Parts: sequence; structure tokens; C-alpha cells
Amino acid sequence: MKHRLQFAGKKLVRMALLLLGVSIVTFLLMCASPLDPLQTNVGQTALGSMSPEQIEQLEAYWGVGTPPLERYLGWLGDVLHGDMGTSLLYRQPVLTVIGQRLGSSLWLMLCAWLISGVLGLALGVISGAFRGRWPDKLIRGYCFLISSTPVFWLAILLLLVFSVWLGWFPIGFSVPAGMESASVTMADRIHHAVLPALTLSITGVANIALHTREKMVDVMESDYVLYARARGESRLSIVLRHGLRNVALPAITLQFASVSEIIGGSVMVEQVFSYPGLGQAAVTAGLGSDLPLLLGITVVTAAIVFAGNLAADLLYGVIDPKIRRRAAGR
Amino acid sequence: MKPILEIRHLSIYFTQYERGFRKRRLPAVRDLSLDVRPGKIVSVVGASGSGKSLLAHSILGVLPYNSHVEGEILYDGVPLTEERLSGLRGSEIALIPQSVACLDPLMKTGAQLRKGRKDQETRERYRAALARYGLGEETEEMYPFELSGGMARRILIAAAVAEPPRLIIADEPTPGLDARSAKRILGHFRELADEGAGILFITHDLELALSVADETVVFYAGETIEKAKVTDFADPGGLRHPFTKALWHAMPEHGFTPAGGAQPYPGTVKSGCPYAGQCPKGRADCRSTEEIPLRNFRGGMVRCLHPGDGEKEELV
Repeated sequence: MKHRLQFAGKKLVRMALLLLGVSIVTFLLMCASPLDPLQTNVGQTALGSMSPEQIEQLEAYWGVGTPPLERYLGWLGDVLHGDMGTSLLYRQPVLTVIGQRLGSSLWLMLCAWLISGVLGLALGVISGAFRGRWPDKLIRGYCFLISSTPVFWLAILLLLVFSVWLGWFPIGFSVPAGMESASVTMADRIHHAVLPALTLSITGVANIALHTREKMVDVMESDYVLYARARGESRLSIVLRHGLRNVALPAITLQFASVSEIIGGSVMVEQVFSYPGLGQAAVTAGLGSDLPLLLGITVVTAAIVFAGNLAADLLYGVIDPKIRRRAAGR
Repeated sequence: MKPILEIRHLSIYFTQYERGFRKRRLPAVRDLSLDVRPGKIVSVVGASGSGKSLLAHSILGVLPYNSHVEGEILYDGVPLTEERLSGLRGSEIALIPQSVACLDPLMKTGAQLRKGRKDQETRERYRAALARYGLGEETEEMYPFELSGGMARRILIAAAVAEPPRLIIADEPTPGLDARSAKRILGHFRELADEGAGILFITHDLELALSVADETVVFYAGETIEKAKVTDFADPGGLRHPFTKALWHAMPEHGFTPAGGAQPYPGTVKSGCPYAGQCPKGRADCRSTEEIPLRNFRGGMVRCLHPGDGEKEELV
């Protein structure tokens, strides 16, 4: 029990430090941004027609005159009191904005995460088991092709084929345009999420499949697989009994590490599909100098990524017999 | 008695790519011949890197994909094809491998031994095999990392005997064990041979090989250089090849005299005797003769142009 508490304590301290670091880096990047918040958000012409008092008011709103350190410490102080601030662009509490955006993004990312994980694992295992033969060549070819394709370009390609030419899916947004929110059905939402989720999955699969393949190749060349073959186990039995078992641990690490890639990918994919999710909000906040929102989004996503890695650590303990037996022995 | 395993002129090559895309065939084992008869233990002795394990893997048909085999392997007098092998591997022909690394690190011993079968009969058979080597039922619930070296070794032997084998190939089954445990393991082998199995015992430890085997085959740089009865090792005069004699002199009870030089890497010797560089009695023709055949000599076999050097030439 003491060991568990120590483990949890260590992780919490690390998470706090990580989030602090992430917020500082984000803040510094924002300070270094060449964009002038007044010009981008109000516009040159509008600014020209304003009185100096009005401009002063706006500068105070966007925090132009305040020294950076004071601004950051002010934000940090509020956060420690549980107040993430108010978005300057949306004029709503940051947490409300993130909550809404995360709601539509989360299951998009979840779908992509699950599909890419399961499919990537399956393809990687098949590829590794058939190393050098045609299934391997086919899968590897696909993975290399996808890995070398930019996500946004793939998104545009899918949009072009499935939305513009075939007309199967809408060209953007998370709900039909011009429809009352009350009359939007679940089917509408799914219909709108298919292409973005597909784009994210397709790119995620390649990475996971290639890594799994490497591990599978190692397993198939291991002494214990050689011995299993020498004892007359069939290839199928070896893949199912030894292959999957030994690929499971690295696969879990990979799966949870891919959370960060899915989130990163979602920023671009949501932009292409005009999908009002967290990724799109991050872009808007960054370009619009909405400091509280951007800091909020980076901190929340960093926490999600951290939680993913933590989950992998915890699952390791459940699956790896060495860790499990050691824990039982305590 | 008819041999259960006959190996005739077996060569194993590896295809390697070197500098750019030039293919190269690297001979790892050259022109190897040996017989194993039921109830007999034949030991194959050679330094590491001499291709001993490849011999085991080629009999079982589990060589790496970039290898190529020439020559003949007969089992029960009939060529051992991949088709026949798939029915014999793990039942009539059993491998006892080197180390615990041959057990899946994430699988419990019992499940691993049973190869996925769950029926009562299989369970009991493996339980009995483990019990034969003093391992209780609790062993089945253990993971490989929880086993001691000696336990793992006994488990690997139990795995081999659970389905009564007619041919056992033991690939370095004793390293890492103290002399007493090693002797005990070899005792198990003798027992299995007495029950009628033919055993091919592959090792680098000549002393150990002599203590249990009936016949010894000496390996050097992928070639069989001598076949001798164990009794020939009573005295260096009974041995045929200069390398075997050097081995004899290097044994602790015979003066511990080390021989100079090192075994050449397979494929680096283009022609002639691979031992020529180290041989105290090497002559010019040892290097120039392309193929030195394995010949009958004084009741055994030797691959040497001048095996009786210093004695009267008495080639048969």
C-alpha cells in the first residue's frame, strides 16, 4: 500500500511540473508571437477610426501593456484558485469553451484512437509474422505511403473524393449547417464525424503497424519461437500464443503514446474539415492571441496525454507477470 | 542396430549481402556426416561459432530463412522432408535447447509445455514428466523468470520426454550449471538412451561429452574433423586429428596445455584445412589441397592429409 501511495505521489508531482512547464513554454511562445492582438482581432481600419481612449481600453482588454511576468503570474494565481479565466475571443469562461469543444472532439479522437490501435496492431502482427512475403510487402508499402503523406493533404484528398465527387459525406462542420440544434440527430453527428475520424485513423494506423511489425519480427526471431517451432507448434499457434502475448506490452505503450499524435493530428484535421473541436479552437486561440484559452487548451491536452501515459504504466503492471508477481510478493 | 538418424554430407550456407547488393554464400557447416543409433549417445564437440547449433536446427528444419542446406538427412532410413518433419517435430524428435531464453518469458511453464492443448490426458502426461525430474505441480504455475537455471534445464528435458521421443537433440544443455548438476543432467540422458532413444548431444565441453557419450564427433570451423569412440580418448595416441590431440592436451587432467591461435571464422578459409594455420605439423599441401575428404583411419574417421604424422603412414 505504501508503495502504491509513493507511486501515485511521484506521478502527481511529475504531472504538476509537466503542466507548469507546458504553460510556461506556451506563454513564452505567445509572447514571442509577431501578431499584434489589436490588429488581428479589431482590424487596421477599425483601429484607425477609434479614439485613443477606446484603443487604450482595447489594449487593456488584450493585455498589451501589462509586463509578461505579471500576466503569467496573474494567470497562474487564478488557475491555482480554480479559475481558468475567460476566453477573450469567445467571451465565455475558458472551461466552458473547452468543455464544449472537447465534447465534439473527444469521441472523434476516441474513434480514431481505437480504430488505429486495433487495426495497427492487427496489421503489424500479420506483417511481422509474414516477414518478407507478400502480405508484409503490401502492409509495409501502405504504411510507408501513408507515413510520408501530410495529414492535411490526406484530409483534403478524402474530402475531394468522398464529399465533392461522390457526395457521400458533408464537406465540413459537426452538424448540418442551418439546422436547429434541437433537431440534430445522432446520425447527423456520426455522418459528419466519419471523414475526420477516418483521416485520423488512417494516419495513426501506419505508425502503430510499423512499430508493432518491428516488435513482431523480433519475437519471431526469438529463441522461444525457435523452440516452439522445434516442438512442432504451427505458425498460427505461435503467432496467437507467443506473438500476441509478447507484442502486447509494447503495443500498449504505443497505443497510449499515440494519444499525443491523435491530438496533434486532430488540430490539422479539424481545421481542414471546419470541425468545431478542440484542435480548431487551439488554432483560433493561437492566431487570435487569446492567451487564457490557448493556455487552457494546452494544459488540458497535456493532462490528457499525461493521463494516457499513466494508464500505460498502470496497465503494464497488470499485464507484465514480473511486475505483477513482485507487487503480490510485497 | 540400424541408425535412427543418418546425416550424409550436410552443408549449410547462408546468403549474405555485402557491400552494396553483392550476394555471398557463406558456408557455416561443410560436409558433415554422422549416424545416431537407438540407445546411443553421440556427442558433437566444438568451440562456439563452429556451427554446432545450426546442425541441430537443420535436423529440425528450423533454420533461418536466408539459409540453404545441401546433403541428406535420413530419419529411420527415409529422407527427412519438411512434410515428415511436421509430424515428427516435438513428438518423435525432440529438442532440448540451451537456455531459459527458449521459454516464452510471459507464459506460465505448464501452459507453455502443453503447446495449447488443454485436455486432461495432456495435462497428466506433462505433470508426470515434470514429476520424473523432481518438479512438482507448482512448477506449472511459474513464469520463466521465477525458475532457477537447474529447474529450467529439467523443465526443458521434461518437455522433451513427455511424448516419448525416439531421437533427442540436446543443444548445449548444461552451461551455467555446476559440475554436480551437469552430471545429474547427463545421468538423465544416459537413462533416456537406455530406454531406447538415440541422442545427439551437442556441447563445447569435451570432458562432459566424454563422460556420457558412446561416440564423439569433433567440429572445427563448421567441418567434421574427426569421429572417434570415447575409448579413443584414453590416450592421445588413439586420436587422429591434430586439433583433437590439442583438445586432449588442453583438458585439465592432461596438463591444461592451451593451443595457440583461434578458430577461423566460417567462410574465411577458401581452401585447404581450416586448422592449417594453427597446426604444429601443417605442411604446404595442407593449405593447397582444395577438398580434404573425411576418411576412415584406425577405426574412426578423420579429415586430415597426414593424420599419422610422426607415426607410420597407415591410411586405410
